[in-house]
Amino acid sequence: MLTAHRAWVYGDHVNTDVIFPGKYTYTLKTPEEIASKALEDLDPAFAAQVQAGDVIVAGRNWGCGSSREQAVTALKYAGISIMIAASFNGLYYRNCINQGVWPVVCSGLAEYVRTGDKIEIDRENGVMLVRNKSFKIPSLPDSVRTILAAGGLVPMLQKRFQGA
Amino acid sequence: MTGNTFVEKVLARAAGLDSVRAGDVIDVRPDIIFSHDNTAAIRRIFEATGAARIIRPERVVFTLDHAVPAPTTRHAQNHAEIREWANLQGVANFFEVGRGICHQVISEEALVLPGETIFGSDSHSTHFGWLGAFGMGVGRTEMAALWATGELWIQVPEAVRLTVTGTLRGGVTAKDLALHVIGRWGADGAAYRSLEFAGDTIGTMSLDERAVIPNMMAEFGAMNAYLPPDDAIFAYLEDKRRRNYTPLFPDSDAVYSEAWGIQAEDVHPVVALPHNPDQVVSLPEAAGVPIQQAFLGTCTNGRYSDLEAAARVVAGHHVKIRFIVIPASSQVLQRAIESGVLATLIEAGATIGTPGCGPCMGNHMGIPAPDEATISSGNRNFRGRMGTPDAPVYLANPYVVAASALTGCITDPGEFLSC
Repeated sequence: MLTAHRAWVYGDHVNTDVIFPGKYTYTLKTPEEIASKALEDLDPAFAAQVQAGDVIVAGRNWGCGSSREQAVTALKYAGISIMIAASFNGLYYRNCINQGVWPVVCSGLAEYVRTGDKIEIDRENGVMLVRNKSFKIPSLPDSVRTILAAGGLVPMLQKRFQGA
Repeated sequence: MTGNTFVEKVLARAAGLDSVRAGDVIDVRPDIIFSHDNTAAIRRIFEATGAARIIRPERVVFTLDHAVPAPTTRHAQNHAEIREWANLQGVANFFEVGRGICHQVISEEALVLPGETIFGSDSHSTHFGWLGAFGMGVGRTEMAALWATGELWIQVPEAVRLTVTGTLRGGVTAKDLALHVIGRWGADGAAYRSLEFAGDTIGTMSLDERAVIPNMMAEFGAMNAYLPPDDAIFAYLEDKRRRNYTPLFPDSDAVYSEAWGIQAEDVHPVVALPHNPDQVVSLPEAAGVPIQQAFLGTCTNGRYSDLEAAARVVAGHHVKIRFIVIPASSQVLQRAIESGVLATLIEAGATIGTPGCGPCMGNHMGIPAPDEATISSGNRNFRGRMGTPDAPVYLANPYVVAASALTGCITDPGEFLSC
């Protein structure tokens, strides 16, 4: 199945301080509050204009810096469920999976697309299409796919502790 | 069959397996896990899972360090929730406001030992490689899962070996070595990999200095960083440890994805320019940049030897700009009082804050005004890091931070050390 997404495109080494500023980490609690600060210091237009289904397309080392999970949840609460980057910071990559946000490693896409472009994603066949050019989606280990399919680590634990 | 890297050995041990290889996805059971001011947020995730009790609370550590003493009512409520949670769950390893920064306190208390595995909900958990342990930062959800189940999935990383040989020159510190590495190979040089140090340089460094290196490797993208423990480490732990341990060393025929080398004599004092720790230039290139605030502290460079280094520079002089000194722990503070280092700093015009993280991530106790530049002994200079996106942050070693406090611009400490 092909799904269509609008891209928000960013560069290399975007760190978690600009994705979600540290000064808010111990005070903002609700999803709405957290989402409203997403990318505040990098792209003030993002929080105002993002729509559910949009995707992040970034360069190398997306999400470097602090372990703060709000750098993933702020984007998730804003409607992002797929992030595509040439490479991810390791901690950020793990935070994505544990939040049920799909991290796609793909080099070259950030140079090819611009913010606002449409990306079509074929999850089953592992391909993305942009303006008739296709980009391969690498496969993930089974255990990681299980976490993503469950919607993240919390739903998996809920199943275990609540039989939900 | 080739040998194993440190990370393959330590994760096999933590998973209860005979051996693992890079790429394997395994469930590991860490020896110690810790969180800090983010504990209350983790509690809410934990409660959402339906779990009732933290399993094995004796292996859990909470420290209050990121915003201490509480700067606002909301921060104070956050701390109060954490205290209540520690009581409810029987977490005895609870360290109050003022005891110090998690990484420093856990090291001082010898709560993790060589060959062990420690996870913290803090990205600088790579720190514990200084003891020959596997230290990795995790997210809040992962910490909640660790409280609930005691285990966490990991994809065993590939490893990079970095051999450092020779002796650092006078005035060149572990901070310069770490920034040199990050500047040379980039902020993602060790991304999702285990960075395993080798060579004879580490053994020549003081224990305070050694801790700087794996701490800073968080800015290098490393999943963990490892220094091979030696007799100095074993002696440090001997009076403090509460259990036995078996250190781990990589095999001589371990397979590394890359092997890099550095000659210690090639490392010089450096400065990381705004807004990334890999924007590294030599000190002379940065010298003269006007600075409005100097900050000495953090888990990277807030230990006793860092305060002592600063005292050597400022002794007999007076600062030109505000100079904020925040010891990494109460033990560091006490030692600096007893030795006279603190008096020297205060006489020179420094102001001293409660042990903790201070203004490092923009919470309080030294937030710059927009357009004010700070020189910091910390680890990060991202845009907005210290609270406002317009205030640039420069990273340097403690000697350079102290010398810059005396002059109001980035300064080579040499002229102050010679007299």
